[in-house]
Amino acid sequence: MSSPRTLYQKVWDAHVIERRPDGQCLIWIDRHLVHEVTSPQAFDGLRLANRPVHRPDLTIATADHNVPTTPGAPDAESAAQLAALDTNTSDFGVRLMGRHHPDQGIVHVIGPELGLTLPGLTIVCGDSHTATHGALGALAFGIGTSEVEHVLATQTLWLRPARTMEVRIAGATGFGITAKDIALAIVGQLGTGGATGHVIEYTGEAIRALSIEGRMTIANMAIEAGARAGMIAPDDTTYAYLNGRRHAPAGEAWAQAEAYWRTLPTDPGAAYDATATIDANQIAPLVTWGTSPEDVAAITGRVPSPADYPDPAKRASVEASLAYMGLFAGERLEDVTVQHIFLGSCTNSRIEDLRAAAAVLAGRYIAPGIAQALAVPGSGAVKRQAEAEGLDRIFTDAGFEWREPGCSACLGMNPDKVPPGERCASTSNRNFVGRQGPGARTHLMSPAMAAAAAVTGRLTDVRQLVAA
Amino acid sequence: MTPFTMVTGTAIPFGRANVDTDVIIPARFLKTVTRTGLGMHAFDTLRQDPTNIFDQPRNVRAPILIAGDNFGCGSSREHAPWALADLGIRVVIAPGFADIFAGNAFKNGLLLVVLPQAQIDRLMAIAPEVPITVDLENQVVTTPFQDRFAFPMDPFRRECLLSGADEIALTLAAAPAIAVFEARLAHEQPWVALP
Ligand code: SF4
Repeated sequence: MSSPRTLYQKVWDAHVIERRPDGQCLIWIDRHLVHEVTSPQAFDGLRLANRPVHRPDLTIATADHNVPTTPGAPDAESAAQLAALDTNTSDFGVRLMGRHHPDQGIVHVIGPELGLTLPGLTIVCGDSHTATHGALGALAFGIGTSEVEHVLATQTLWLRPARTMEVRIAGATGFGITAKDIALAIVGQLGTGGATGHVIEYTGEAIRALSIEGRMTIANMAIEAGARAGMIAPDDTTYAYLNGRRHAPAGEAWAQAEAYWRTLPTDPGAAYDATATIDANQIAPLVTWGTSPEDVAAITGRVPSPADYPDPAKRASVEASLAYMGLFAGERLEDVTVQHIFLGSCTNSRIEDLRAAAAVLAGRYIAPGIAQALAVPGSGAVKRQAEAEGLDRIFTDAGFEWREPGCSACLGMNPDKVPPGERCASTSNRNFVGRQGPGARTHLMSPAMAAAAAVTGRLTDVRQLVAA
Repeated sequence: MTPFTMVTGTAIPFGRANVDTDVIIPARFLKTVTRTGLGMHAFDTLRQDPTNIFDQPRNVRAPILIAGDNFGCGSSREHAPWALADLGIRVVIAPGFADIFAGNAFKNGLLLVVLPQAQIDRLMAIAPEVPITVDLENQVVTTPFQDRFAFPMDPFRRECLLSGADEIALTLAAAPAIAVFEARLAHEQPWVALP
């Protein structure tokens, strides 16, 4: 009998081609997702060295970061980047779901949706939120441009094994608590460096109770705790989600695949290098108040005071955060007014996210102080589904703009930005200084909470707007 | 990649410590789609000063840069080594380098030489007068004044740089092992393939 192994170790072991004496392993990559921003130099490198893409069939490209979410033309530099992706994918025989393609969308939304993401696969992308795909039991992580080129040329990467960390969400969450609240609670507890060098495995009843889309929200933010990747063991929920998706196996192949997937969950008695436990019923609806995703507080709470932090470095950074955010120590979070709402990003732009927001918005209208409210579906498929359910009408009737799929205001690279000094209730994953545009102030929260903020014009406990 | 065995040439006595990648190549130049062409923007902020060291005629296309400790800290952008290479630099000599930058430099064939501060000071002093030689084969920096400074080097990285094999070329040398793995995968997990 081999010794008990974790989910991560099983997936890792199944992909080692070669071990070097210095500990580096050559790892096989099952799926390589490519987008317009981090790939042009990699394709250029292949051209210079006269190398083909080794497995174009396992390489899937889309345009998401730099696409406008309105029908108009992008700016010249973005257009050049999008044109480069068109040329590169056609020159190298890579399938592209580019702008205006029916399957186009945020790379981490379309992978699972099309059944490209499967349990036990290794998945890479030149983007730090690739861990999202770990929600289905894949080992998925972000890579740099040289590594993108390396994977294009060889379908492999040289890596050292990571340490493992179990993050257990014990018990059940209370009324009105969503996957995003769990994700923020985890980053708040671990801190942004808490899982550095580790691959997190999320376990516990609260994780099992989540849908696959909810699990994606959790795995998406693994990087915000410093983790290389986040994973959730596949179970019946996973198989039910995947069965029938376009690129998922079917028939005999499905039976064979499922039998294999059922061997992947962590063996009883397998040890993790680190563990953390969070009590699910202690989690309140959360918002961030600062400029780091670890700066979380219950919506019922107050803005912290720098004086609460004994560590002088942390105290100084809290002071700087509050100055940037335009907040005062001790201010009630529910008194903070917002001017922008962003419903979207690879964290929260799936159909369940849109449904959750629409449930709050139905029959209501955005507050007078809201300058702009964006609802940006994560993919063409999400958009069509939402329209079939009439959600787009709920959004537009409530005063939201219903946009085309893309990363949108998550990163302030395309035209969707938050103006300097203005405040945004955002369902994305990073509240860094300038992330949504120079001087923009970001509060991270769940889709339902962002919808509640839209209705009242201030940070709001969504539980007051919906019936228990 | 061009093999790196030995370089003799002008060394730019820059010497500054804690130069972050934003100094090497500011963020506003990152919307590019090529690795090349960034040299004109390298150290852009410093080069606003017309008397800056990089644009002195003697230092234009100099292959060696002498820097202070913790060179390349900050954002992980791979544009930093791209910009240095495009400027003509093949070696950076410093008391220490930031980790991610070091990895990115290696992946782009830029040799990083670590020497103690005293030896850096000596090189800084004579760099404006004479060319300096960096010999990777023998892991030594020499000058026309008989200085001889040995430097440490990771054996794997040394081999890659000497052969000019980039990491991809080295991995492609493992092509038979990769092919065996692929064949087994196709047999055991046929669902991984995409039609
Ligand atoms: S939505 Fe935001 S975090 Fe996600 S891939 Fe796009 S830019 Fe990155």
